[in-house]
Amino acid sequence: MPLVKKGAIAADAYLHVGDDAEIPVDGAALIPAARFLANAEALAKRNGPTGVIWPNNRDLDDLVPYLDGLSVVALVFPTFRDGRAYSQARLLRERYGYKGELRATGQVLRDQFVLMLRAGFDSFEVKKQADAEAFAATVKRYTVFYQPTGDGRITALHRRMQARHCANAG
Amino acid sequence: MYAYDEMDRTLVNERVSEFRDQVKRRLSGELTEDEFKMLRLMNGVYLQLHAYMLRVAIPYGTLSAPQLRKMAHVARKYDRGYGHFTTRQNIQFNWIKLSDLPDALEDLASVGIHAMQTSGNCVRNVTTDQWAGVAPGEVEDPRIWAELLRQYSTMHPEFTYLPRKFKIAITASDHDRAAIKVHDIGLRILNNEAGETGFEVLVGGGLGRTPFIGKVIKPFVHGRDILSYVESILRVYNQYGRRDNIYKARIKILVHELGIEKFAAEVEEEWQVTRESALQLDDEVVADIRARFRYPGYEALSDTPDELTAASADPQFTRWLKNSVAAHQQKGYAIVTLSLKPIGGPPGDATAEQMDAIADLAEKYSFGEIRVGHEQNLALPNVAKRDLPALWRQLDKLGLATPNVNLITDIIACPGLDYCSLANARAIPIAQELTRRFANHDLADMIGRLHINISGCINACGHHHVGHIGILGVEKNGEEFYQITIGGRADEGAVVGTLIGPAVPYDDVANVIEDIVESYLALRARPDELFVQTVERLGVEPFKERVYATR
Repeated sequence: MPLVKKGAIAADAYLHVGDDAEIPVDGAALIPAARFLANAEALAKRNGPTGVIWPNNRDLDDLVPYLDGLSVVALVFPTFRDGRAYSQARLLRERYGYKGELRATGQVLRDQFVLMLRAGFDSFEVKKQADAEAFAATVKRYTVFYQPTGDGRITALHRRMQARHCANAG
Repeated sequence: MYAYDEMDRTLVNERVSEFRDQVKRRLSGELTEDEFKMLRLMNGVYLQLHAYMLRVAIPYGTLSAPQLRKMAHVARKYDRGYGHFTTRQNIQFNWIKLSDLPDALEDLASVGIHAMQTSGNCVRNVTTDQWAGVAPGEVEDPRIWAELLRQYSTMHPEFTYLPRKFKIAITASDHDRAAIKVHDIGLRILNNEAGETGFEVLVGGGLGRTPFIGKVIKPFVHGRDILSYVESILRVYNQYGRRDNIYKARIKILVHELGIEKFAAEVEEEWQVTRESALQLDDEVVADIRARFRYPGYEALSDTPDELTAASADPQFTRWLKNSVAAHQQKGYAIVTLSLKPIGGPPGDATAEQMDAIADLAEKYSFGEIRVGHEQNLALPNVAKRDLPALWRQLDKLGLATPNVNLITDIIACPGLDYCSLANARAIPIAQELTRRFANHDLADMIGRLHINISGCINACGHHHVGHIGILGVEKNGEEFYQITIGGRADEGAVVGTLIGPAVPYDDVANVIEDIVESYLALRARPDELFVQTVERLGVEPFKERVYATR
């Protein structure tokens, strides 16, 4: 699957470690949640960035203690209809202050990019090549947003107020 | 009326442009039907039995005359000349071609009307009292809060792919016309002891195959905190709502399985973290929305104008006046309900010609405003009493003055097997037959307030559970049968009706309803004891005996 990172198609530097494969001691590796939790101490000593693939039905409380040592958290959309990872993403960014790469994986389509960006994702393993190529155009489709999220965009409600303040001041 | 500004218009246009692209990708095969389905649903597009159906939102049931005219235009240009008003403060068009849908939505967008989130597993069109802002005694206009919630929930980045659909309703009156107790979240506006505006919050109500009456989760949430409180409920639901079984995915099941205390504790814990967030509303933001609702410049008028006195000699006018005209906040004005339930007609349908004519009448007599209620009727909310006789004459010519509002022929019915791909049985023809049986206005008057609700399947779009008489179509061995419940109600005393016995065949439904009504007339304690009160007092047994004794 093509990876979109910082708004452009990028090579995935991370080795996706399967459930049975050996975890490499060097290099960037993306490790399933259960294996990560079972070996957390050893993994902290790896030579290279470590990421975790966190399923959407697992409590984030188990992940929070390790966030500082992680370079990627990959959240999962088993189908594009299952929106649990949107909540997880916002909690990681807005409540737990996670600053590293937040990756959307699974059934990721262009029609979800805007929502995912707003929820705090900044990298995307996209299901279709054409969708990955359309990333830049797709995320510009919307210019008005009604709700505040951690992405810092100003809501319509507050833009109106600002406009009025400016008008009153002028 | 709420006035859209440039930002609201921009968002609606951006949405139409996105949907145009999605339709294009579907038609070219780039999107699979499975992928497209969720996207089209969130733009109000269903694939029904015969064609695509477009469901258009009417936020908090308020329409302007130009908006209604645009509905007529869509009905005429892209459909078969009519539209269907539903129980969800929506209008549905049944025969639009997929390739025409983006154009139809673009036309609607030109008057600030959209189909965003009228289906799909997201927060649906927020509904409220169709008499909002004009009903005497309301705490305040609930549409201000409905609009705040509409904006908050539109394209919400976290809650657009919930476990299931999510419905919010608001009332600000003692008499609940918004059926808040049968919604995922029900909000009742009230003032606390300090005179501050807030909400009693109910959660977990709903109909469908497992009906529940909503439970109070919090007796008072301050207005400034309502968005964060709703967000907390949605977040708990998004994380813990069931996704393994579509029939168990609604929040009512989560509330039921956890118990309201445990669910409330989860929400409270979440809310303690979110309430101080950017979701907190300040007075200025609320005032800003309030200022964008424009209210009519009412005149100082008499409550007993000469025109009204003169017309009162006409018994037909008097009947309509008594039935269809309600008291208003402003002296000299009235709220007029337009019955979309003509004898023998499908409930809730309006032709393009009727819509145009209603728009004209709204401009002439109601400051250009029209309302849509969940009973599938329309209303003109601001009619000067002196104009009532003239308005009545014109409505009568249009077939919109049937004096049956809240009476036995004011039936709520889903489209049923005639349109819907989910239905097991017909609903519209049952409604039509019943309106013919009870066409005599004197008889209907004598029976008094009686709500019949008909659903063509267990999904309960006709809200049969909360009908005073509920009729549910089921299929047995390829034949249509109907289960009858009685004693349900959807108002402030909401309760789910009780089944009276085995399902009856299609041809027998009208006879059974006649038996039930005759029993009621014989059993009622006083002429003003409503059907639903008699059932409450006596239970279903006497009705059951009468219906099944000879069958």
